[in-house]
Amino acid sequence: MQTSLSLRLATRLGPQPLKLAGAAALAVLLAMPALHLWTDPASSLHVSAYTLTLVGKILCYAIVALAMDLVWGYTGLLSLGHGLFFALGGYGMGMYLMRAIGHDGNYQSDLPDFMVFLDWKSLPWFWQGSEHLAWALCLAVGVPGLLALVFGWLAFRSRIKGVYFSIMTQALTYAAMLLFFRNETGFGGNNGFTDFKRILGYGIAAPGTRATLFLLTVLLLVAALAAGFWLVHSKFGRILTAIRDAESRLMFCGYNPLYYKLFIWVASAMLCGLAGALYVPQVGIINPGEMSPANSIEIAIWVAVGGRGSLIGPVLGAGFINAAKSWFTVAFPEYWLFFLGALFIATTLFLPRGLLGLLRSHKENA
Amino acid sequence: MQLFKPLILLLSLCSSLVAASPLTELAHADPADRAGLITQWTVQADGPRRQAVAALEEGRLFSSADGSHVLLQGTDGKLSDVDSGQLVAGDAASLDTLPVNNSVRSALEAFHAAGDLADPDRNKRLSAIQALQDSANPGLLPLLLSRQRQEQDSQVKQALHMASARLQLASPLVAQRLQAIGVLADSADPATVSLLAPLASEAGEQDASVRAAASQAISAIKTSQWRYNMLGYAFSGISLGSVLLLAALGLAITYGLLGVINMAHGEMLMIGAYASYVVQNLFRTWWPGAFDAYLLAALPVAFAVTFVIGMALERLIIRHLYGRPLETLLATWGISLMLIQAVRILFGAQNVEVANPSWLSGGWEITPALTLPYNRLAIIAFVAAVLVLTWLVLNKTRLGLFVRAVTQNRRMADSVGVPTGKVDMLAFGLGSGIAGLGGVALSQIGNVGPELGQGYIVDSFMVVVLGGVGQLAGTVTGAMGLGIVNKILEPSLGAVLGKILILGFIILFIQKRPQGLFALKGRVLD
Repeated sequence: MQTSLSLRLATRLGPQPLKLAGAAALAVLLAMPALHLWTDPASSLHVSAYTLTLVGKILCYAIVALAMDLVWGYTGLLSLGHGLFFALGGYGMGMYLMRAIGHDGNYQSDLPDFMVFLDWKSLPWFWQGSEHLAWALCLAVGVPGLLALVFGWLAFRSRIKGVYFSIMTQALTYAAMLLFFRNETGFGGNNGFTDFKRILGYGIAAPGTRATLFLLTVLLLVAALAAGFWLVHSKFGRILTAIRDAESRLMFCGYNPLYYKLFIWVASAMLCGLAGALYVPQVGIINPGEMSPANSIEIAIWVAVGGRGSLIGPVLGAGFINAAKSWFTVAFPEYWLFFLGALFIATTLFLPRGLLGLLRSHKENA
Repeated sequence: MQLFKPLILLLSLCSSLVAASPLTELAHADPADRAGLITQWTVQADGPRRQAVAALEEGRLFSSADGSHVLLQGTDGKLSDVDSGQLVAGDAASLDTLPVNNSVRSALEAFHAAGDLADPDRNKRLSAIQALQDSANPGLLPLLLSRQRQEQDSQVKQALHMASARLQLASPLVAQRLQAIGVLADSADPATVSLLAPLASEAGEQDASVRAAASQAISAIKTSQWRYNMLGYAFSGISLGSVLLLAALGLAITYGLLGVINMAHGEMLMIGAYASYVVQNLFRTWWPGAFDAYLLAALPVAFAVTFVIGMALERLIIRHLYGRPLETLLATWGISLMLIQAVRILFGAQNVEVANPSWLSGGWEITPALTLPYNRLAIIAFVAAVLVLTWLVLNKTRLGLFVRAVTQNRRMADSVGVPTGKVDMLAFGLGSGIAGLGGVALSQIGNVGPELGQGYIVDSFMVVVLGGVGQLAGTVTGAMGLGIVNKILEPSLGAVLGKILILGFIILFIQKRPQGLFALKGRVLD
């Protein structure tokens, strides 16, 4: 069997270089905010605000991909609604950021601009307390978690799985998107939240704020990877894999898959919410478009391309596809969807275990 | 009588000599009385009166500079005194025309409408009646009543009947008001309620019996309106349901057969719609005379194109993913992205215009409150035809037998010699072809753009989830149920909240029946 040079190299050197590459990548990521803050903008080492935001955004996506992998790659539940949890987390954070604008909006009102525009006189009840970052973060994690708990309990209890489960999650995010598009829902309708000014009193676009948010994102990703590693190698993780591979047999062995599925499903949703909360201040906008079914399916392809059933694969997949997207949409905007579509088909047809699976199978063959 | 006739003639001749001509009468009438005068003439219009009214309306009557005389501008542009008929020197541009205020204007409108009442064109007569009843002028009542006796057309007669009843509402006689209320109670026109409302209140009506009759009539009209509204909702529900059925029918077949969800199914609708766009343009260029027939030609074209695409997809991609339904879902999503982008590049990202053939425009007016558009009716009939054909294919042909066999038990069918591969391919083509036909139908009721299919994908999945797979009855019930419930919830909750409520309902529903309404009975445990 013919193998490429890099694959042969990876095979021969074993897992050690992978670890080295991971450590190097982490070092680069940790260095980026420092290079943004403390180097001369003219120097070649300087990391521009654009690059930092872009990479920060991709890291948030990587966290989402990791969360998706835990439910799809390990537990076998393909969710087509993870974009919803991500967006809900973003909206939770967005509520705080809107309140933090204070009097500096276009209408100089205590209320967010869109409420003034709708002629609302006071905050709706669900906005109460959103001026505190801590409460907003609770919302960003709690709301997706609660929604996942209710939906998951109903779905898993009646043993909905496979494509049925995927379709239901897709319908869920679609319905939420329609809901958030309405102005009366109270989340800015079509335009969502934008024009943020500050977070905890610091300017939202200040280099220091950017660098801090970036660092937090890196830390969250590392923490999520570590927790994921621990989880999937525990007994609990093995049961998840068993649910994926032979749920009926597992039940015959005396396990009730309901609570295992529910736990990983809710944990995954909460992780998505947290990623969304870090995403919004970096990107500066959140709108209902994030909840569109297309976005959620794209998350699945990040995982598929990287390699599901491994922790590092989704991170690589999210990085690869989003980097490609940033490049394509500038260079050949017309062909991005062709590329993405072809990627969906090629990955499912030829790379069932993704790029990482390709690497591993060669190792096993050797 | 014979004897008196010359006498009457003579008398009337004298009176016309003595009395002022209509022109002078109109010119010297008090401005506040002019509208009343015109209304009076409306009932008995003749040549001179028409001319006088026309002169006023066209702004050819002026008051002289000192205000003592009224001057008429002839068709030649010269001014003459209305009373003496003598030419007067002067420039019309410097004089003020006699004022035409709102009440005069509406009297003028009624005057013209009255002229149209005897028009041979019945549509003109109907609109004249409408104008007269809108004038709400009780003075016109004799005119309507006399026309009512002469009118032959039953619909026009009915309209006259209603219009005179409306005018009678203002009559000072209690009996006449009561009669008018009785007539109006049968009306289905929503405007009648506001007309009757003042008569039901103490402020607007002294007579208690009239008040009681009016409030009774109002509640009767409201009941019949509610009934028509419900009919309207049911109709739009069935219409939406039939569109959903077209979108979901093929999906249900392929899902039942292969256990895979085809995310590119919506794009088959879109391609079908674009096929009708292309056929339309071909007809417009090469065969404009037969343009109305383009839709019939588009049906086989759309079916053929999507049938071939569907079979190709099955052969090239889906076949290689058997046993991995989740991957199939992703791969077909990729196909749908590529198809959308391909259409965008070929036809542009904007919506394209697909015209209704003339036989589909317009509608069937049951009452003023309820009109059923022909294109919606045609789609319902079309869906019924497609359904019958699909049923025939599935139940009366060899292919259908095989499809049902493979749906029930693939391995068993395989072992008794059913060519499952070929069946899969043909069934996939059939499902896509039905979606293509659906696309032709959708092109008649909505926008045709590259994202057309995306709007239907979630809804048609819900139909499949609700109805279950493997039986047409399930899909039909699911689609109609979703369509009707959607339309009933829409007016009170709004479209979005209604949809969300339905989704919640479906999630709860599959708690009870995870296999949908019509599940195939089986003993297979995966």
